[in-house]
Amino acid sequence: MVAPEDADQGVSQRIFYIHVPIALTAYFCFGLGAWKALRLLWRRDERYDLESYVAIHQGTIFGSLTLLTGAIWAKASWGVWWTWSSRQLVLFLVLFLFYCAYFMLRYSLEEGPRRARTSAVYALFGVALIPVSFLAIRLAEDFIHPTVFTREGPQMTGTMFFAFCASWAAVTLLAYTLYKVELAGKRLDADLRELRESLT
Amino acid sequence: MTGGEYAALAYGAVFVVVVAYVAIIAAKLQRLQRETAELLALAQGRERKPSRTAVYAATVPGTRAEQEDGG
Repeated sequence: MVAPEDADQGVSQRIFYIHVPIALTAYFCFGLGAWKALRLLWRRDERYDLESYVAIHQGTIFGSLTLLTGAIWAKASWGVWWTWSSRQLVLFLVLFLFYCAYFMLRYSLEEGPRRARTSAVYALFGVALIPVSFLAIRLAEDFIHPTVFTREGPQMTGTMFFAFCASWAAVTLLAYTLYKVELAGKRLDADLRELRESLT
Repeated sequence: MTGGEYAALAYGAVFVVVVAYVAIIAAKLQRLQRETAELLALAQGRERKPSRTAVYAATVPGTRAEQEDGG
């Protein structure tokens, strides 16, 4: 399957197939982190703390990739790496920096239930920024950042949309695999630490 | 730079970041593997070397182990 070349942007439009799925995955990871944080506060089950942390960690990785690929696409399309006039870009940066601060907060506290609860509350606050950042492109009358998905549906050909869906599925699968591997590693690390303490 | 080069740069950047992430996770798993082997050796060492009370119970007449053997 070969997606046709965009008439307006040419080959550089192909960045869309990696940039948008990564951005959507970053939003999803932040949302998942907040959901796990809510479950932690609700059920008082500490295993959700690690799940929330790993989801937010994945979100920041995919968020940094969104900024990186977005900057490259911006340079190719607009001639600049970054523009402060686009509210979509600035809001995504705010969301990204908000979740970067999550790690500063988390590692400034002693390990235990207090750290888990504080981190969960912070993760939940951040979730409010996700719909704002996602909808900013429509709310802010921003004509710099293109709007591909409108109420009339995706503004692209069938092949382009299929290529986009395939790419989105691949990025989601990658994120899911990385989430599972990192979570298994963190849990194993915690179990080994406990075992070492009981043996020595 | 041409549009194609920018597209290659974007895809290449994603690839490099993902590979770096996988390498970090692999290094961490190797460390965990080493730690598991260390703890296994520690646990096996403990099994081979019985505690002082166990040795006492097995050798001194009148202790629980001796009574259990005598029925």
